[in-house]
Amino acid sequence: MVRSIATPDPEMSELHDSRRAVVASPWDAAGMICWREIVRFLRQRNRVIGAVGQPILFWLLFGAGMHSTFQIPNQSFGTYFFPGTLLLILLFTAIFATISVIEDRNAGFLQGVLVAPIPRWSMILGKVLGGTLLALLQGGLFLALGAFLGIRYSLSSAVGIVGLSFLISWSFTSLGLMLAWRMESTQGFHAIMNLFLMPMWLLSGAFFPVPLAGGSISQTLMHVVMRLNPATYGLAGIRQLMQGGPVASLWQPSLTICWIVTALFAVLLFSLTTYIARQPSTHDAR
Amino acid sequence: MRDELPAGKPRRACFRRDVKISAAAISIKNVTYDYGTRRALDALDLDVAPGEVFALLGPNGSGKTTLFRLIATLIPLQQGTISVCQANVRHQAAMARANIGVVFQSPSIDLKLTVRENLLCQASLYGLREPDRSRRVRETLEQLGIADRSQDRAELLSGGLRRRLDLARGILSRPQVLLLDEPTTALDPAARSDMWKYLRSVREQTGTTVVFTTHLLEEADHADRIAIMDEGKLVVCDVPDTLKLAIGGDVLSIRATGDPLALARDIEAAFQHSIEVVDQNVRMECQHGHEWVPRLVQAFPDRIQAITMSKPTLEDVFVRHTGHRFWVETPIQTPKRRAH
Repeated sequence: MVRSIATPDPEMSELHDSRRAVVASPWDAAGMICWREIVRFLRQRNRVIGAVGQPILFWLLFGAGMHSTFQIPNQSFGTYFFPGTLLLILLFTAIFATISVIEDRNAGFLQGVLVAPIPRWSMILGKVLGGTLLALLQGGLFLALGAFLGIRYSLSSAVGIVGLSFLISWSFTSLGLMLAWRMESTQGFHAIMNLFLMPMWLLSGAFFPVPLAGGSISQTLMHVVMRLNPATYGLAGIRQLMQGGPVASLWQPSLTICWIVTALFAVLLFSLTTYIARQPSTHDAR
Repeated sequence: MRDELPAGKPRRACFRRDVKISAAAISIKNVTYDYGTRRALDALDLDVAPGEVFALLGPNGSGKTTLFRLIATLIPLQQGTISVCQANVRHQAAMARANIGVVFQSPSIDLKLTVRENLLCQASLYGLREPDRSRRVRETLEQLGIADRSQDRAELLSGGLRRRLDLARGILSRPQVLLLDEPTTALDPAARSDMWKYLRSVREQTGTTVVFTTHLLEEADHADRIAIMDEGKLVVCDVPDTLKLAIGGDVLSIRATGDPLALARDIEAAFQHSIEVVDQNVRMECQHGHEWVPRLVQAFPDRIQAITMSKPTLEDVFVRHTGHRFWVETPIQTPKRRAH
């Protein structure tokens, strides 16, 4: 047994009483983490350019290139593709905002948050809210740009579009965070991006309409897959709000269904992400 | 009577008997931790008294960083119990966390934020609200002498200043226990002594218990008490001077011309003094080393190539208790070992 000759200090013992401890407010902490996400984003200009520039370029190039081959009555491809581009902007911004968690982990910042006296959901809330607001900001810029370039939508539908965009971004940010949580490198994330997230976007009706069921087998299969994709409903909602109602020649769910599915998807993904982040793991120590 | 403990697993404990266990700042009981099949901590017992500066000293792979992570609640406890300020880290993690300030081996500051923003962020994570928050941030910046850089982004700071900002982050919430993992790693000597100056001031001003891990023997001398760890076990734990005094007198290290083992055996036979061979050197602890040097050289003139005498250091303490040198490469290494 080892002996110590240090003298006791009753005053010190008095000081070390855990009752003095204050546990932080989860809302304050979430607000701070959200604020940090936004500040960080705005201080990295290449991220801003990448997230808005690429979809706009897509929209302009595809709009011009597909113009002659694309046929829906009373609609140019540019008009059709506009909500799809908005969805792409939301996807890019939301996803890139959340893979910052990989950076946070590697740079060491995350470990400081993990040992703070806040519940995990508070940290996830901050991250997701930050990513969502960033996506909304850029989506809003694109909407304004669309109005400037002749895409027509009423003010009331604009409010609905922003609301749906919020829910969609919330889902994408949660999804991105869930995928990135256990990842060690951003390279790994790009593989997921290409194999999973881009197809999810492509199969939402963003780039081409949901084919009607009852045609060939491949068409029916596409129809089923696209109807199972939750992103389809968010996009369909935005499209209907922009065009003031469903387009007769396309398969489209009702606006109510769009809201419900999109909201449920957002709640589900957020809960799942929080659940995963709450699991204690040796992986956190790095 | 048979010992309660399993054979071949000697357990050492480090309790301050003069302080009630319940009042310990950190109390570690029977903690075992495995990374897969590799045992990183082996039935460790340790108590840290309130207000002391405590060093966890050990070579890489000794388990000190694992212990640090367990106390900081960064990784889940597998076996045993750890309490920080009487809060059990397993069941009262939030309470324990609120009492601990943590400074990691790699700074956990956000380089894109300014110095002040980094601290504001930390303040919110630890439940500080305005107007206290701004005041505390300002005070801490002044205390650590970085108030003039408060508007600079952290990426513009030198390595030493980043470390100081990280320390500011750790002490901002006025924790009762400050935990530091290799706090001076990658710092130049000036920044290193700087760091110690500030650490001491923190301890003097707030009476915070400071616990740090280190693989640097000279660094451990800053502590009131040192726990030496090796291969996941507590080797010895005491006040530095007591540890060194226990060696007794001087340490002679003899480089043999031929076989060091043979030389050691012969010296042992000739002088009836216990001798060890550590790392190809014959090692001898003795009183009045200066008298032993000529006697040894006269007795074995052709077999001694060099002989050095020194006062016991912490390395000697380590050698005495483990039978190997501090920097010997042991097969056990931490999985995320960093290069220094």
